[in-house]
Amino acid sequence: MSVVSISSVNKVFGKAPNQTIALQDINLAIEPGEFISLIGPSGCGKSTLLRIIGDLISPSNGVVLVNGKPAPQARENREYGIVFQAPVLFDWRTVEKNVQLPLEIMGQTPSERAARANEMLELVELTGFQKHYPYQLSGGMQQRVSIARALSFNPPLLLMDEPFGALDEITRERLNAELLAIWARTQTTIVFVTHSIPEAVFLSTRVVVMSARPGRITEIIPIDLPQPRDMATRELPRFYALVTQVREALRGGESAKG
Amino acid sequence: MTDSSLPGALVADAEHDVMDVLGADVAVPQPNRFSDGVKIVLRFVAVFALAMLVWELVKFIGGTPWRYTTAEGALFDFTWFPPFEFKIANDLNMPHLWDIFGALIQPAQRNGPPLVNVLAQAAVVTMAAALVGFIIGTAVGLLLGTIFAHSPLLERSLVPYVVASQTIPILAIAPMVVVWLKAGWWSVALLAAYLCFFPVTINTLRGLRSPDPRALELMKSYAATTWATLWKVRYPSALPYIFTALKIAATTSVVGAIIGELPSGIREGLGGAILNFNQYYAIVPQKLWATIIFTAIVGILFFISITLVERVMTRNMRKLES
Ligand SMILES: Nc1ncnc2c1ncn2[C@@H]1O[C@H](COP(=O)(O)OP(=O)(O)OP(=O)(O)O)[C@@H](O)[C@H]1O
Ligand SMILES: [Mg+2]
Repeated sequence: MSVVSISSVNKVFGKAPNQTIALQDINLAIEPGEFISLIGPSGCGKSTLLRIIGDLISPSNGVVLVNGKPAPQARENREYGIVFQAPVLFDWRTVEKNVQLPLEIMGQTPSERAARANEMLELVELTGFQKHYPYQLSGGMQQRVSIARALSFNPPLLLMDEPFGALDEITRERLNAELLAIWARTQTTIVFVTHSIPEAVFLSTRVVVMSARPGRITEIIPIDLPQPRDMATRELPRFYALVTQVREALRGGESAKG
Repeated sequence: MTDSSLPGALVADAEHDVMDVLGADVAVPQPNRFSDGVKIVLRFVAVFALAMLVWELVKFIGGTPWRYTTAEGALFDFTWFPPFEFKIANDLNMPHLWDIFGALIQPAQRNGPPLVNVLAQAAVVTMAAALVGFIIGTAVGLLLGTIFAHSPLLERSLVPYVVASQTIPILAIAPMVVVWLKAGWWSVALLAAYLCFFPVTINTLRGLRSPDPRALELMKSYAATTWATLWKVRYPSALPYIFTALKIAATTSVVGAIIGELPSGIREGLGGAILNFNQYYAIVPQKLWATIIFTAIVGILFFISITLVERVMTRNMRKLES
C-alpha cells in the first residue's frame, strides 16, 4: 500500500474573479521508504501540495489517502512530522523541551519524554545542548532541533518545506548528509520541497518536477544513484547527468507555459 | 559538529539543574536578576529627586517671596525675592516641598495622629480595594480575551459593547453599582475592576492571536486539543501583551478605587482624604499635595510589582528582542 496516494487533486484559492488555481489534476503515489523531492518555480504550488498532504488545508477536490486513510484521519493519528523553512521553535522552552512538546501533547510521562528527546538530539548531533535556549543556537542548529522535534514521535511520514533553504551552502550539504543518515535509520518516508536541483538529486529516490500557473506535475524523474550516498556521490558522472535532466525538465515546464 | 564553540555553550548548567529541581519549565535566572529590580527602583528614586529639584527651581525663579528664620530677630534671617512672578508657581499652586513634607509630620487634626499615619492608613484601605479590583478585572479580562480569541462570532458581536463600556464615565456607573452591592468596600473594588478589565481583554485577545501561524500548524499536526494549544503556545506567546495590559490596569485600578470611594461613601481611603483636603485647599494646599504624593506612590508600587513579575516570567523572551 502506498504511504501517500494523491488522485485528481485540485486546489483553487479565492473566489470567482480573483481565483488562483494553485494545483491542477495532481496524481502521485509515494511508496514506503521513498524520499520524494518536489521542485518547481516559485508559486507552482509545492507548499500547497505539501500542506494538503499534511491536512493543514484541504483540497478543492480530489482525494488524498495516507496509509490507506483520508488525510484528516492520518493527522488525528499523528502520522506527520512537519519541518518548515524557519525552525519555528518556542523561545521560552529549552532545546529539550522543544523536542518534547509533541510528546507532552501525546501524554507521555516526563521520563519517557526526556529519554526520547535525548535520543533524538543525539540523532541530529546536538547532544549537550539540551538545556540551551533557541536563541543560543545557530540557524543550522535550530533547524536540527526542529527536525528532532518532528521525528520525536516517530511519524511514518516526514513533510519538509525547504528546510535548508535559509542556510549557507556548507551547512546545507552537511545537513543533507545528516538527513540521509536519519532517513536510513528511521525508515521514514520523506516528502521534501526544495529550490535546489543538486539537493533534490542528491537526496531523493524520485524528483517530482512541477510547473506554475496552473500548478501541475510535469515530470517524475527516478534517481538511480547508489545508496548510501555520500560526498563522492556528488562527483559521479551520473549525478551530473541527473542534475541536467532535472534542469531540462524544469525548463520544459517553463517553455511549455510560455 | 564543531558548533560547541558558540558562546551559548558557556551558560552554566548548574542553574538549569536548580530550575529543573524546582520543576520550572521556563527560565533560567540570570545572576544579575536581583540587581535589575534594584535598578528599577533606583532609577525611579533618581527621577523623583530630579522632579523635586525642578519644582523648587521653578519656585526659586518665579515663586512667592519667602523668608527663613529660626526665630523673630534671630541672627539667621534670610529672605528671597524671586526675579519673576509666575502665578502657577505661587505658594498656593505649588507649595514648597518642605511645607508638603512638613504637613506630613504635623497632626492632620488637632491632637490627632500625624498626617503621614492618616494617609498611610488611607493608602492601605485604597490599595486593598484596588488590588481586589485589579484581580477581578484581570480575571474577567483574561476570560473575555480568551473567549473572543476562540470565537470570532462572539468577538464581533461583543467587543463593541466592551469598548462602549469604557466610554461611559465611571461616575455614571457608580450609582448602579452602589445600589446593587450596597455602598461599601465591595462596590469600590468592583468599580476598580470595571476600569481594569478593558485593557486586559483587548491585549489578551491580541496576544492570543499573535503566535506564528506555522506554530499553530505544528500544533494542528500533533492533533493537539484547543486547550493544549492555548496553554502551550497561545498563552506563552501572549505574555508580553498581557503584561503591557496589566501595567495599565494596575494604575487604573488605583484611580478606579479612589473614584469609587466617593459614591460608595467610604471615607477612610485616599479618595476620602482627597475629598476632605480639597475643601481646605485654599488654606492648606500642602495637605492635598501630600495626599497626591501618597496616591502616586500607591500607583507606582502597583506598577513596579507588575514589572518585576513580568521580568521573572518573560526572561527568556526578552533575549530575543535585544
Ligand atoms: N492561503 C492562500 N490564499 C490564496 N492564495 C494562496 C494561498 N496560499 C498559496 N496561494 C497561492 O497558490 C499558489 C501556490 O503557492 P505555494 O505557496 O504553494 O507556492 P510554492 O511552490 O510553495 O512557492 P515557493 O517556492 O515560492 O515557496 C501561489 O500562486 C500563491 O499565491
Ligand atoms: Mg513554498
